[in-house]
Amino acid sequence: MPYTIAEKILLKHSGQKSIAPGEFIEAEVDVALANDITAPLAISEFKKSGFKQVFNKNKIVLVPDHFAPAKDLKSANQCKILADFAKEQGIKNYFEIGQMGIEHALLPEKGIVLPGDLIIGADSHTCTYGALGAYATGMGSTDLARAYIDGKCWLKVPASLKFIYQGKLNKWVGGKDLILFTIGQIGVDGALYKVMEFCGPVIKQLGMDDRFSICNMAIEAGARAGIIAPDAITKKFIAGFKRKSKFYQSDPDAVYEKTYTWDISKLEPLVACPHLPSNVKPVSSLKEIKVDQVVIGSCTNGRISDLRIAAGLLKGKKAASGVKLIIFPATQKIYLQAVKEGLAEIFVKAGGVFSTPTCGPCLGGHMGVLAEGEVAIATTNRNFLGRMGSPKSFVYLSNPAVAAASAITGRITHPKEIVIAGLKVKN
Amino acid sequence: MIIKGKVHKFSDNINTDDIIAAKYLVSSDAQELGKHCMETISPDFSQKVSPGDIIVAGRNFGCGSSREHAPLAIKGCGVSAVIAKSFAAIFFRNAINIGLPFLESLDVDKINDGDVIEVDLTSGVIKNITQDKNYKTQAFPEFLQQIVASGGLINYIKKQKV
Repeated sequence: MPYTIAEKILLKHSGQKSIAPGEFIEAEVDVALANDITAPLAISEFKKSGFKQVFNKNKIVLVPDHFAPAKDLKSANQCKILADFAKEQGIKNYFEIGQMGIEHALLPEKGIVLPGDLIIGADSHTCTYGALGAYATGMGSTDLARAYIDGKCWLKVPASLKFIYQGKLNKWVGGKDLILFTIGQIGVDGALYKVMEFCGPVIKQLGMDDRFSICNMAIEAGARAGIIAPDAITKKFIAGFKRKSKFYQSDPDAVYEKTYTWDISKLEPLVACPHLPSNVKPVSSLKEIKVDQVVIGSCTNGRISDLRIAAGLLKGKKAASGVKLIIFPATQKIYLQAVKEGLAEIFVKAGGVFSTPTCGPCLGGHMGVLAEGEVAIATTNRNFLGRMGSPKSFVYLSNPAVAAASAITGRITHPKEIVIAGLKVKN
Repeated sequence: MIIKGKVHKFSDNINTDDIIAAKYLVSSDAQELGKHCMETISPDFSQKVSPGDIIVAGRNFGCGSSREHAPLAIKGCGVSAVIAKSFAAIFFRNAINIGLPFLESLDVDKINDGDVIEVDLTSGVIKNITQDKNYKTQAFPEFLQQIVASGGLINYIKKQKV
């Protein structure tokens, strides 16, 4: 029977002879991830259940990243629950601040998630790891508690959708724009309960950082998982990691519920307008929109290549008067790299805040909460009503180049405007 | 299982930030979370709800984050069930895992805010008492019914292990 990559991974982990979309299966997980918001609930459910030892201390990952470094007493207490549980159970993949990073950038960087894995995470953006050719899916805390008990989860095998991108990407257009374009086309429930398999010549040429951005936002179309076939680029990325991985490819006659084929050669940078990630418009149609805050970072776009793009535009320039510019690298390693390459200096000289890794600003937690009436452009993944603070604030989503260009002018700006203007920025 | 209550109507794409804003995620207590349920889009919701009331919504209910605090907040404020045209996948499994009853129905447009309805989870029949109408929808698959009948996922697993 022909299978997609996702189906092959689920089949392998279910131990069954065959599987089909719509079927309920029990599967063994390779990695079970939770953070400071979701782990406390998982840990308390696990403890209430009466089981004493987790199924496998090496497959559990705990990352305090949402409200860490602790923003207040309550979040400090939440974070401590993770630290205590890790100590009690001997979980080595617990990352205290200083080693911590935003989970979905940290786990691939550390080689904790690999091609062919089945990864569950009590965080919706767990789908990010699909970029490695893994089946990675977001679940709730109780699912995690169950996995702590016996290393398994229940799943309904999703049908797959295939997305083929043809043509050539324009300058200033990247993975973020491809996924915003896709969500704009199919809507926020366009892939509900489905797997989104991203392929075609454009995907094959993308680096890992762009692939992570794409799979990261599969959930924003309602998908259970996003997935990209592992290849030479994936192989290079995981070189040096010891644990064994498996490269699955979809069979040529695998069944997809629907196939979308797009030529993206004419695509310009896109922006998702308030208050849905599907409310997507070309950047050039939004140049009248003034911004109060620019946020560059997150599990979507806080990787080194994102910071390089932003720094390339901000070099020698200043954020417009009155614009709050916040840059938060996704991990300590990326942070250090940005320091070494001089990117941190560019950001600080541009009047930006260069923050320690945290999910804080993205979900209106801390380190950049929006006030009533404020407008932000952010490289994050959600622009729901009140997502970054006040229910009366507005969030626009874009790639790092658009965000950096907008910081310079104080309004939503196509990066080419900055480059054309040279050192003198048109206001 | 039969549930009866007054309807609170919501639109499409009600997301988890609408249901419970991130700033309240420093607690996992259902009662505490319940005080802020739907606060972003309906500031006095938790005061309006009477125990047993039912949320009726459009497509893609519970989209966004994986926070189990969302179904917990709904349960915690006294809502007894949610009916929607469709549910986001993570919310769907969270609701099952914590034992928040829900049904998918395409007839939600026929139900008005304030109607009193009766929901039979086993048969999938929704009775609109205010309008004297019945809507038939699909009951849960058996596997999921077993989890709900056990009182949630952890109890279901414990039973399996005994």
